[in-house]
Amino acid sequence: MKKVIVSAFFAVVCFLLQCTLFRSLSFGGIIPNLMIIVTASYGLMRGRKSGLLIGFFSGLLMDIFFGSLIGFYALLYMYIGYLNGIFRKMFYPEDIKLPMILILASDLLYSLVCYILLFLLNGRFAFSYYFMNIILPEMVYTIVVTCGLYPLMLFVERRLEWKSKEGATKIV
Amino acid sequence: MSPVLKRPREKFKLPSKYLLLLLTGLCIGIMVVSFNTNIVNTPLNFVAGYLLVPFQSGISQVGGWFSDKSDQLLELRDVLEENQRLKEEVDKLTIENTRFQQERYELYQLRELLALDNEYSEYEKIGAKVISRDSSNWFSSFVINKGSEDGVQVNCNVMAGSGLVGRVTDVGPGYAKVTSIIEDNYNTSGMLLSTGDHLIVTGDLSQMAEGMIAFSKLVDRDNKAAVGDKIVTSNISDHYLPGILIGYISKIETDANNLTKSGSLTTAVDFEHLEDVLVILELKQTVE
Repeated sequence: MKKVIVSAFFAVVCFLLQCTLFRSLSFGGIIPNLMIIVTASYGLMRGRKSGLLIGFFSGLLMDIFFGSLIGFYALLYMYIGYLNGIFRKMFYPEDIKLPMILILASDLLYSLVCYILLFLLNGRFAFSYYFMNIILPEMVYTIVVTCGLYPLMLFVERRLEWKSKEGATKIV
Repeated sequence: MSPVLKRPREKFKLPSKYLLLLLTGLCIGIMVVSFNTNIVNTPLNFVAGYLLVPFQSGISQVGGWFSDKSDQLLELRDVLEENQRLKEEVDKLTIENTRFQQERYELYQLRELLALDNEYSEYEKIGAKVISRDSSNWFSSFVINKGSEDGVQVNCNVMAGSGLVGRVTDVGPGYAKVTSIIEDNYNTSGMLLSTGDHLIVTGDLSQMAEGMIAFSKLVDRDNKAAVGDKIVTSNISDHYLPGILIGYISKIETDANNLTKSGSLTTAVDFEHLEDVLVILELKQTVE
């Protein structure tokens, strides 16, 4: 239960920051994708099921406020959370390389799907322009923010696990 | 007691594969439903409006304060220079203004004669603050802090300063979602003010960095359209009230078909720094 509350808290706070505060801190109109960081990290830390559920609800938040079609972002984020959950077997808390690579890959995947479904099909063929001016800056900014956000989420997660373990030993 | 009774009942667990499949189906279902009707949006908007919008207003104020402070430091030098220049301009404009006032008086009289008064009268507007912007880098819709409780409806036109921003596409109790005309998948029916020729204004993300969007399908038989001409919303638009300024032509060229012209226009509104907007409560009259 505590885990659910903590992840919901992170998702909502990141959503609020992303569409308010980070809009004011944007570089050249580009904002980092905090929702991807939350979805991918929880997928990696907790496995497929949590990943897809957190992804689904984060995506739904975006849909309600900014999507033209409810369900699109929910679907996209859900699959990203699920795919990250597959890598849980390779997850070690000390290792920061894997989450970095996964978050980067997730953001790239998200941007590519957005480009293909929302822009390419709309007749915007200048992929190199969108890649250089939107996808790449977003990835760079996202990875910079990850350096601060991911350790915080990992710390909270380990505290939660440590507490639940402590509780278990007390009963025995 | 048999050991069978002691064993706690196993919790039913749904494997993640099936959950994924189930939610995929659900998402697709919602997409289809929300594309066709408004059943899903209304309750979700209601919940979101009460849970999240107050936070958004609060945080965006803090965010606005930060960006204001940094902008202020950067702009102070420019502002001092500009001030000098503007003072000279004020003198010039005051003289001009008096002349215009005289002309306006004349215009009113003539208008009354033509009974056009009604058509160009002031629309009822309310001011609203932008409290959150699109969380992706692809689109530029935003949320304002006035909703159905203040009389805002879907399709209300939204302006900032004297230019058109977009229209309300979704409305909750205390907030409304505005889709802007610069959005990439969005077309607006426009009109060249000087000649009355119709054209289509299309949002374009790749030109937005220079503050421009595209226009096309301008039939200009007499070759009168030129750079700097005003483009306003047309009288045949489905959603927009006629005569709201969209922008000025900044590039124009003849299409390959030699019949129409296309190019780009500079928007009258600075979409990058949008903070306060005006919502026109009156809706465009439609045939239905």
